[in-house]
Amino acid sequence: MLKYTLIPLLPLISFIINILFGRSIIKSKAHWIAIPAVAGSFVLALSAFMDVMAGNVININVYTWILSGNFQVPVGFLIDQLTAIMLIVVTSISTLIFIYSVGYMHGDGGYYRFFAYLSLFVFSMLVLVMANNFLLLYFGWEAVGLCSYFLIGFWFHKKSAADAGKKAFIVNRFGDFGFGLGVILVFLTFGSLEYTQVFSNANIALGQTINILGTDVDLITLICLLLFCGAVGKSAQMPLHVWLPDAMEGPTPVSALIHAATMVTAGVFLVARCNPLFSLSHTAMNTVAIVGGVTAIFAASIGLVQNDIKRVIAYSTVSQLGYMFLALGVGAYSAAIFHLYTHAYFKALLFLGSGSVIHALHDEQNMQNMGGLKKYMPVTYAVFIIATLSITGIPGLAGFFSKDEILWRAYLGGELGRGMWLLGTVAALMTAFYSWRLIYLTFHGKFRGTHEKEHHLHESPKVITVPLMFLAVGAVLAGYVGIPPLLREHGDRIGEFLAPVLGHPQGEGSHSEELMVMGASIFVALAGWGVAYMMYVKNAELPKKIGSMFRPIHNLLYNKYYVDELYSKTFVQPILKMSDKVILGFFDAKIIEGIVNGVPNLIGAFSRQFRKVQTGLLSNYGLAMALGALAIIGYVIFMR
Amino acid sequence: MVPLSWYIVLSAIVFSIGVFGFLARRNLIIVFMSVELMLNSVNISLVAFSHYLQSMRGQILVFFIITVAAAEAAIGLAILIAFYRNNPTIKVDEINLLKG
Repeated sequence: MLKYTLIPLLPLISFIINILFGRSIIKSKAHWIAIPAVAGSFVLALSAFMDVMAGNVININVYTWILSGNFQVPVGFLIDQLTAIMLIVVTSISTLIFIYSVGYMHGDGGYYRFFAYLSLFVFSMLVLVMANNFLLLYFGWEAVGLCSYFLIGFWFHKKSAADAGKKAFIVNRFGDFGFGLGVILVFLTFGSLEYTQVFSNANIALGQTINILGTDVDLITLICLLLFCGAVGKSAQMPLHVWLPDAMEGPTPVSALIHAATMVTAGVFLVARCNPLFSLSHTAMNTVAIVGGVTAIFAASIGLVQNDIKRVIAYSTVSQLGYMFLALGVGAYSAAIFHLYTHAYFKALLFLGSGSVIHALHDEQNMQNMGGLKKYMPVTYAVFIIATLSITGIPGLAGFFSKDEILWRAYLGGELGRGMWLLGTVAALMTAFYSWRLIYLTFHGKFRGTHEKEHHLHESPKVITVPLMFLAVGAVLAGYVGIPPLLREHGDRIGEFLAPVLGHPQGEGSHSEELMVMGASIFVALAGWGVAYMMYVKNAELPKKIGSMFRPIHNLLYNKYYVDELYSKTFVQPILKMSDKVILGFFDAKIIEGIVNGVPNLIGAFSRQFRKVQTGLLSNYGLAMALGALAIIGYVIFMR
Repeated sequence: MVPLSWYIVLSAIVFSIGVFGFLARRNLIIVFMSVELMLNSVNISLVAFSHYLQSMRGQILVFFIITVAAAEAAIGLAILIAFYRNNPTIKVDEINLLKG
């Protein structure tokens, strides 16, 4: 039992030690505490995974957190097949990224702080995936959000970083508000917050309605949509996707760990975890599928024209998360988790690779100022190629298996699924294009930066490249646990492994259809690659020509569909204006200050009258004394 | 033999003169002297009672009062002089530094 408790506890201990003693004692040795802690979690997670493989589902209560009448919330851990996979993903990638950070953050003034926050993040994420009830999940959920805020604004002296941190936090408030309401509604409906009780009683909510502002809403749909609200915020789906690209202001290891591999997948995990509820509501499922599919293509299209290397990958992340939700929405939960798992490796690899590039170029992030890095950074180039082959879905690499599984399941998912399949395939085309565009702009051609920078170009140190190689191995091999049945009987081992929690996906299709779907996704992957090659290697003038030919579309994409501007006009500005005029101008200036100034003014007015007594004249005081003495004597003589 | 009541009346008269002087006069020195008058009127009555009751307690108290009065007079006059150096007046109604 202690073994399982230690999984989240080790990073927490690392956080406490680093935050308390980091500044004065540990300083640049912070990684000597953080790395063993998270590696220890990884080893324990592996052992927990083995236990689950052996057929044990672990559900332990460690501590009673809240006890109030019938309302009881334990701190308890549930390690089933789903959690086991999440544990492996989170701890393995964290370990590699912690090692990478030693090189990347070397010499930073906040070195100990960085490792402290990262450790806290890993703790929170592990609590999130291991929780056995909704409230503990909510705790982990908020805690990862808080760590995300700390780490995006890690370089807080940079205004853009501080702003991005605030933006991430505030945008997530919208989602988490819904999530919080969802948790409350779950308790009201089922009388418990524990997964086992809620999910085994899921049917009692079926057919119930709840009255909101005079309209009857299906209860289970409402619960699912509220929970999904949280997932939309955390996983940066439309319309709350705006924070993730800005979150790239944080250090690159943070982008890799939190904003690509782990935290942003929490939404996918949440929906997968609550699949007994979601499966009961068609409306909710369709919403999930539509949000996912639209986000996938929407974000991919923005990625086509961005110039900041990290932003391209960030939009790619949003798009890939869209795929996962698309899979969830068509009921292919295990396909979503499969993609979550492969995506974690190749996306962390892409981010860390771009971090290696940024490191070599001394914080240059604009791809237009890069180029020709192939010969300076052979290792980074090689792993980048592997990650790109993987994400674009070239057969034989991890991304192919999971993406193909999602598209195939979408294809089987009825009319809506068929539409989503189309969106997904087009998004895959875009993915291939922008991924190869990134490679060609960064590593091919001539160096376009200053001579000064060209002079300093170098491959990153081993502490950076070795984790990259490990991740590259993951990006190639991670997919072989989920080979489609078409290629090998019983090849979909991850799907079978997850089946006790997530069930089997619906729908059957013929081999020829499956071959068609697979062929289409391979075709678009190659087509995107080909177009990128034509535009950025063969004919370098072409992008500009095409850009000016389709100027309005290019501008629309380049400015990210003006979503930020829209939110600024519709939400941010009115709220700021209201704060300024009503809250500050009226409430604060008139009412609060009225009270604060009014009380002393009143006392002052009374005092001005009373101070007249104090004349300062000796004879007046003498008279008062004499009269007082007379009064006392009079009382003694006459009244007694 | 002078009866006790005469002493008491004398003491009361002296005390009243002191009170009147303290309240009505404007010269700080006179005010000061009035305070001394009040103290000494009390001494008179104490001595008178001491004799009347055939007890030495009253007279011992008188010695204390005289001592205290002397000390008080010394300090009082010292304060007066120090005050006068800064504020060349001894008129009570011009001294109102403590006016609120």
